[in-house]
Amino acid sequence: MAQGKLDIRSYRGFRALTFLCLVILYAPLVVVTVYSFNDSNSITTWDGLSLRWYVDVFTGPESAKFKTAAVNSFVIAITAATVSTVIATLAATGMIRAGRFRLRTLSFGLISLPLMVPEIVTAVATLIFFNAIALERGLLSIVLAHIVFCIPFAYLPISARMQGIEADCEQAALDLYATRRQAFTRILLPLMTPGIVSGFLLAFIVSLDDFIITNFVKGAGVETLPTAIFGAVKRGIQPNIMAISTLLLGVSVVLVTLSYFVSKSDSPK
Amino acid sequence: MAAGAAGGGVTSDTYKAARPWLLLPAWSVLALLSLAPVLMMLVYSFLTKEFRGGVIWEFSLAAYDQFFFDRGLFGDEPPKIQWTYLAIFWRSIWQAGSATLMSLLIGFPTAYFIATRPARQRPVWVFLITIPYWVNLLIRTVSMKFLLREQGPLNDFLLFTGVIDSPLQIVNTNLAVQLGLFYSYLPFMVLPIYAAVERYDFALSEAAADLYASKWTTLRRILLPAIRPGVIAGCILVFVPSLGSFLAPDLLGGARNFMIGSLIEEQFKGNAGNWPFGAATSMILLSMVLVILLLFARQQARSENRGRG
Repeated sequence: MAQGKLDIRSYRGFRALTFLCLVILYAPLVVVTVYSFNDSNSITTWDGLSLRWYVDVFTGPESAKFKTAAVNSFVIAITAATVSTVIATLAATGMIRAGRFRLRTLSFGLISLPLMVPEIVTAVATLIFFNAIALERGLLSIVLAHIVFCIPFAYLPISARMQGIEADCEQAALDLYATRRQAFTRILLPLMTPGIVSGFLLAFIVSLDDFIITNFVKGAGVETLPTAIFGAVKRGIQPNIMAISTLLLGVSVVLVTLSYFVSKSDSPK
Repeated sequence: MAAGAAGGGVTSDTYKAARPWLLLPAWSVLALLSLAPVLMMLVYSFLTKEFRGGVIWEFSLAAYDQFFFDRGLFGDEPPKIQWTYLAIFWRSIWQAGSATLMSLLIGFPTAYFIATRPARQRPVWVFLITIPYWVNLLIRTVSMKFLLREQGPLNDFLLFTGVIDSPLQIVNTNLAVQLGLFYSYLPFMVLPIYAAVERYDFALSEAAADLYASKWTTLRRILLPAIRPGVIAGCILVFVPSLGSFLAPDLLGGARNFMIGSLIEEQFKGNAGNWPFGAATSMILLSMVLVILLLFARQQARSENRGRG
């Protein structure tokens, strides 16, 4: 019986295509990582393992530029992720616990709007808006633009986590004469924490990784890591760019892995 | 018991009343920084262009006119249809469509395979598929270019194994752009199909097999119709971002493989730009995307009703 069931479910070749899919997804990343350890001056010939391009990133002629860009990137990502996580936490609490209310569908549509509008359109619209209200382009304009598209990424894990938390928990607290604020800070917030951390990490990653919107609203002279990398790549792929890309790639992979394990940890019953 | 339930009802009602206000920060930020900019873009698309970027506040249909009509070099000839920009849109649709088809061919078997793994293994597979999505799109596109380059590892490998005699010229072709888009959005194809297959009741397939349907007939006639909303969702999630993408055509395509994203970007860079035209082109792209999403929403609602009936 079990054997027959398995037989019906499996199709020949699907396993092979799945492995092909994984190879396709990872091959370019693995190749760039491997070549970032290349000792050669050229990106084509392999001269053996070396860390020289990593040393170059931190101490080479372009290191000052990369350092400024990295500081900008991290300041923007931390600010945007923090603000958007606070907004998303409040919104998720409102959406899930308020039951049915008018504007519910509209609210959800508004929250997911940044996901549906093509990035280039968001970039153009934001640039035009900042121009119309005469907001100077710089770090502030980048942070404001990032907060918007970070909100849905922070919102989704938080609301997913909240759906697993029974309203009974807070009601029990309220029945025991806790104030509403206490029920929120003492009961709901600790239960939500894994979702909030996971949402923060995802928001941080998407902010750190954004190129298109940043490129439009950054103004002259302000660079983040992606815009600095893009500028360098336009002049040709250099070995130090592969090293810095590998570092950025590593940060994303570590953070998303962290987010995965945090959101999985002691999931509510 | 009844009294307790009633008491709970009272607390929860007082509790609930305040909750929608928690959405206020989200509403205000998104209305101000997401909705208002789109409306402002609509306004800008009807303004007159300033020659060094920016606009003059004077109503004009010139941007849309430039997109659709060709009035000759001096603008005084009878209008003909302007094919330049329509051709760019058509190319974008074609490229995004090809990328979607490639993603479907690889993504569907992958999603199906993952969904039929033991329940405990599935999250790990899904996680493996999602990791590359979280890596910087720019870095992934650059990696793709590095891999596909004439002297890159792919050509080296193919030459070494003797599959080809001379290196393939892939970068700066339509194919490179399609591969780049396919690679960028492949995880988006896998995830919704996976979710749909996971919910699928395999008893239906067993019933079909009991009635002597072959495996491929079962797949085509029973499974595919049942998971259609998931497949359509995957296709849209690949097609829509591909349509307006900028990085893949810019880095992998070269000058001859211009897509909508590059056309829009050009209008806001340097002094040659034309803001109203860029805004109008963005509005046209956004309208296309909204039409696709509306059709999708209607289709989802219809298949949900069918499921209930």
